[in-house]
Amino acid sequence: MSQPRQMPGVARSPVGRLAVDWIACSGRGLCAELVPERIGLDEWGYPIIAAEPVTGDLLPHARRAVAACPKLALRLQPS
Amino acid sequence: MITGSSLWYLSRGTGVLSVVMLTLAIVLGALTRGGRALPGLPRFAVAGLHRNLSLLAVAFLAVHITSAVIDPYVTLRWVDVLIPFGASYQPVWVGLGALSLDLMIAMLVTSALRRRIGHRSWSAVHALVYLAWPVALVHTFMLGPDVTGGPQRGLAVGCALASSTALGWRLLTKPDRVPDFAGWPPTSPRPQMRQTVHGAKTEVMS
Amino acid sequence: MNTPQALVEERILTYGTGSGRYRDLGAHLGEHGPVPPTTGAALIKLVDQSGLTGRGGAGFPTARKLAAVAAGTSPVVVANGAEGEPASSKDRILLSYAPHLVLDGLQLACRAVGAGAAYVYVHEGPLVAHMENLVRARARAGVDSVAPTVVAAPARFVSGQETAVVSAINTGRALPAAVPPPVYVKGVDRRPTLIQNVETLAHLALLVRHGASWFRTAGTDREPGTMLCTVGGAVPSPGVVEVPIGTSIGDVLERAGGPSGQLGAVLVGGYHGAWLPAAEATELALSVAGLRDAGASPGAGVLVALGADSCGLVETARAVGYLAQESARQCGPCLNGLPAMANTLGQLAGTHPTRGLVERVHALAATVDKRGACHHPDGTVRLVRSALRVFAAEVRTHHSGRCGATDPRPVLPVPSRTAGR
Repeated sequence: MSQPRQMPGVARSPVGRLAVDWIACSGRGLCAELVPERIGLDEWGYPIIAAEPVTGDLLPHARRAVAACPKLALRLQPS
Repeated sequence: MITGSSLWYLSRGTGVLSVVMLTLAIVLGALTRGGRALPGLPRFAVAGLHRNLSLLAVAFLAVHITSAVIDPYVTLRWVDVLIPFGASYQPVWVGLGALSLDLMIAMLVTSALRRRIGHRSWSAVHALVYLAWPVALVHTFMLGPDVTGGPQRGLAVGCALASSTALGWRLLTKPDRVPDFAGWPPTSPRPQMRQTVHGAKTEVMS
Repeated sequence: MNTPQALVEERILTYGTGSGRYRDLGAHLGEHGPVPPTTGAALIKLVDQSGLTGRGGAGFPTARKLAAVAAGTSPVVVANGAEGEPASSKDRILLSYAPHLVLDGLQLACRAVGAGAAYVYVHEGPLVAHMENLVRARARAGVDSVAPTVVAAPARFVSGQETAVVSAINTGRALPAAVPPPVYVKGVDRRPTLIQNVETLAHLALLVRHGASWFRTAGTDREPGTMLCTVGGAVPSPGVVEVPIGTSIGDVLERAGGPSGQLGAVLVGGYHGAWLPAAEATELALSVAGLRDAGASPGAGVLVALGADSCGLVETARAVGYLAQESARQCGPCLNGLPAMANTLGQLAGTHPTRGLVERVHALAATVDKRGACHHPDGTVRLVRSALRVFAAEVRTHHSGRCGATDPRPVLPVPSRTAGR
């Protein structure tokens, strides 16, 4: 499987952090489906955000997850 | 060549298709409560389908409305599409169609601007589906399948039942919640802790 | 770290005026003198020199808080007397016995930040009418330039949390909110809001009268002054005492009559604090610096002594059950995780615990820690982790089917739940 060509280092550089508005979040779980590299789910369905920042290669997925949240509870904070 | 009667059937047909699309959208929308997924369909796909079916329905509605307006057999002005109850043909039932269209437009616009307006405002407008949909169904049954009859009527009735069940379930039942927690173990009332100041025993707020 | 008895002084809890008179404004002014006219930046500078820190549990430098709010436009000040911690009574006692110090401090805080509006926030009940009477008496005497409004808070654990205070004043419901924006930027009526514990305001009222150097004659260098501490549990005279910060916990317990018997552990800092083994705790200084290495902090000055005959696991399970009930239920991990922890601890506190309960508690604690809009889950986790550490021997005993405790009487105060929320 061939990897797409990209500038070395761009994919790995941190571009932001995902953060949850816990009051708005109702555990719908779309975020964990869309960016599983950074978001898991606890036993009740609420997101567990990984400590690692979002890197360049994950940025489109992270943005999609932020847009898809039904409660607008996910934020991407630029670093 | 487009004849009057073919426009008539086009309007009828796309109307029923819109009902089917919107019924599917409504059932999928209702099922999103509590983060339910469907077998084989992740949650983001359910949400995406709900959205795309609604947009597809809008496309069918556009044809439904346009063919009805340009149909020479029925005098309907463009203004009657948006301002209800002013049409010369069946003003009440056509008007209900216009009303449900107005509400749908509000829902579409707020959904497109969801991130701008915030969840609370979006949700308040989206709740208009509980009004818009029954209105649309009345419009459908009063103007539709009594003319075409047969399987189309059956389809419309099926859609009405499915969508009403979905909306009724969403409206009338409570979301899954963790039951109130009563504490462990059952607590017996404790005597009020006496307040001591300077070694002298004094009650609070004597 | 022991403070010689000769230097122990009561500053706030002075009753030279005799019973009943302390609520009288005239007696108060006779005892303490009038409030000096210091205002604005000079006042903030004085507070900065004194080193006063907040007495509500967070211990934040008061001068910094004043400066942050003073920088905003049209600020508001709230005197926070909503003492949600069941094991704490210091704010209730303070408002009963030295309320005018608090109200003086409220006026001074308004002057320091340039506030035109002030609130006194206390739990619903007799304190509300009590404070309203006092505010009216002061209005008649013309001593307050900003007339405070008394607001009744629901008697819940989280009611005293800063964003919950703002929420209660704005909407009537004391619900914590997510922090950005912070309350000193946007709070009551969307205005910059200063929220100070009533004890901090009382200290402010005294230090303005007597000076920063006077304030620093008690306490430590980094944490000067005295603090009110509620001592409970296995002591003959439970109640509220005033001690210089940095007094050893053993000496503070002595002020309440000393331990009633052999102690097993001491709960330091309340239900969001930590258990410490008794032998270790009594030697530690009651201060942020003194307790930091032990993984504890004074919090709002709560000490509960646990006798060696009582079971720390049972007490912790009761406290966590209460904390689970007191969740504002806005955030999933808290509203699900705290009851799960309470139930698991409850099983552990029984004498037939199954395998894997301790691991389950640790897993739940890791899951809920720092995953909420406020620090309710974090504080609960701290209590739970300290309990599993300090009562590890009891855990083993319970697993073998016995409990080492001989005294079944409950120690930690846990308010009983009335029906309906």
